Amino acid sequence: MRLTVKLYATLSDYLPPGSKSNRVDIDLAEGTTVSAALQPFSLPTRLTHLVLVNGTFIPTDERPLTALHDGDVLAVWPPIAGG
Amino acid sequence: MGWNRKVLRVNLTAGTCTPEPLNMAWANDYLGSRGLASKYLVEEIDPKVDPLSPDNKMIMSTGPLTGTMASTGGRYTVVTKGALTNAIACSNSGGFFGAEMKFAGWDMIIFEGKSPKPVYLFIENDKAELRDAAHLWGKTCWETEETIKRLHQDPLTRICSIGGAGENLALFACIVNDLHRAAGRSGVGAVMGSKNLKAVAIRGTKGVSGIKDFPAFLAATTAAKKVLADNAVTGQGLPKYGTQVLMNVINEMGALPTRNHRDVQFEEAGKISAEAMHEKRPTDGKTHLVTNAACFGCTIACGRISKIDETHFSVKNSPKYWGASGGLEYEAAWALGAANGVGDLEALQYANLLCNEHGMDPISFGTTVGAAMELYELGILTKEQIGIEAPFGSAEALCKLVEMTAHGEGFGKELGQGSARLCAKYGRPELSMSVKSQEFPAYDARGIQGIGLAYATSNRGACHLRGYTVASEVLGIPVKTDPLTTEGKPELVKAFQDATGVFDAAGICVFTSFAWTLADVQPQIQAACEGDWSMDKLHLVGERIWNMERQFNLAAGLSAKDDDLPPRLKTEAAKTGPAKGLVNGVDQMKPEYYKLRGWTPDGVPEAATLQRLGL
Repeated sequence: MRLTVKLYATLSDYLPPGSKSNRVDIDLAEGTTVSAALQPFSLPTRLTHLVLVNGTFIPTDERPLTALHDGDVLAVWPPIAGG
Repeated sequence: MGWNRKVLRVNLTAGTCTPEPLNMAWANDYLGSRGLASKYLVEEIDPKVDPLSPDNKMIMSTGPLTGTMASTGGRYTVVTKGALTNAIACSNSGGFFGAEMKFAGWDMIIFEGKSPKPVYLFIENDKAELRDAAHLWGKTCWETEETIKRLHQDPLTRICSIGGAGENLALFACIVNDLHRAAGRSGVGAVMGSKNLKAVAIRGTKGVSGIKDFPAFLAATTAAKKVLADNAVTGQGLPKYGTQVLMNVINEMGALPTRNHRDVQFEEAGKISAEAMHEKRPTDGKTHLVTNAACFGCTIACGRISKIDETHFSVKNSPKYWGASGGLEYEAAWALGAANGVGDLEALQYANLLCNEHGMDPISFGTTVGAAMELYELGILTKEQIGIEAPFGSAEALCKLVEMTAHGEGFGKELGQGSARLCAKYGRPELSMSVKSQEFPAYDARGIQGIGLAYATSNRGACHLRGYTVASEVLGIPVKTDPLTTEGKPELVKAFQDATGVFDAAGICVFTSFAWTLADVQPQIQAACEGDWSMDKLHLVGERIWNMERQFNLAAGLSAKDDDLPPRLKTEAAKTGPAKGLVNGVDQMKPEYYKLRGWTPDGVPEAATLQRLGL
């Protein structure tokens, strides 16, 4: 399956060199979980804060259980806020 | 005591400045700033008063923690009846002006009447006098600050002022202090302009004295600062990326209002985001962002200082805009950008600079431009009427319209009345994205259900800072709730609204609440102020402030029907993203919210509620 991974703010440092617009498209086996999909990026746990799949929040304890599908967009932010 | 116990009453009609003691019984019930100033306003004006008449009053107020060593203790508020909303207005600003008022020995300044000619108030510690402002009238906020500082030969004088927007009574005019901080919302700048008051300049050298228990205060503020520093959001996220980091978050969630709320995702969000502000420009190899910045006493430093691209069409012939200046913050970037479909970061900064320079609320201005662009695309407004082509996405139109509005020229005069009056004039009132005539901020209520109820019930019209449920619904602070459901949101909205009242009344920044709870604020207030400031009392104070504001609005003629969202958000479902197919459920949430508040089904506080709150 084709997955789009978006890493924002300070996490953009963990994208492969040459990545643009905070994103990279990768190929993974269908059903790969959120945690498994993020493992190759070696994100520090404390910075893997806000995780969205197609815009929907995935809580920490559900990330090892949530399977991804072709065309999904996985976006991750460190702890951030605004107003 | 956290208070100076001293109020300055300025009668602009008579030209007098009279000190009077602070009403300490009221301070004990309403704490300070938003709460205490609102109490004074409620007691002193007829709620039905025309906001722009001399009978309206305008109060600038600090809180007991303003000017102290409490982190973010630099806030002050402007409380009046709002020109834009005809409701109670409380507009809050950071920077350094509020602390200076405290250093000069004053808690609050009450302006009443109307000066027969333009004046500014000059305060130097105990000395306060009205001075002629004929030479300042017509100047921008930036020119006014510079002129007054030169005049008094003191660069440390702190100044708030109105620009052309306030002078021209644009209904979303704001009051700018320290060049790019503002009491921004609800048209407080128009009220100031209606009084012929150009500026307030303060120099205070007294510092803050009289903290009730200084060792305890030192311990409490130090501990609280450590909480901010250790928290990943306030210690790292906000200083590094500012509020603008939300642009991509909210867009991914499908809650970024786009093209006057026609859409909930903006295809060019990345181009106007915090990440884009960190990227080097192809034109000059420099990043848009220069540095972050902090207001008085702030240990977060979320502010953005940027430099515009000197080759951009908006400024290539205007070197005065080439220096580093404030922005872009998330709300301004959204309102000037996504709300109009404009994805040109430099154009947004130009519009933002003009809002700061001339004293306009970028949220209401930008959203009003969005409404005008929709009217244009529908053929209701023409090029001849506007003076230019104004389709969604036109950076050129945005830059021209901000100039026209700032100077009160041509169609800019109509824009200056805000989207509600503009859309009503052209027969399409439902296209104004507002509540109580105040334009929405940067979160779409179809993708974040709770914020819809917060908007609808906000006492000052649509506002995110009266109950920022986004913290919970999006960011998981203090706990994560599902943004797509209405369940549990009435309780969440009420809790945020009441707690925010305490943060505001204390004189600190609500952004501390990303790390602090009331339990972190309470020891600071208790150590600074005389009397009992237990958690139970603070909860009661927050709820009391909310209900007092509500009572004023009801007496002003507002009612439950004004606690509503535009039909677009209730009938036109989100087209994309997680909220696809959803509308906002404000009609389901509102009855439960009223019940939780102890209000009748018509939104009127019941006698028992008023009695419990001492109202």
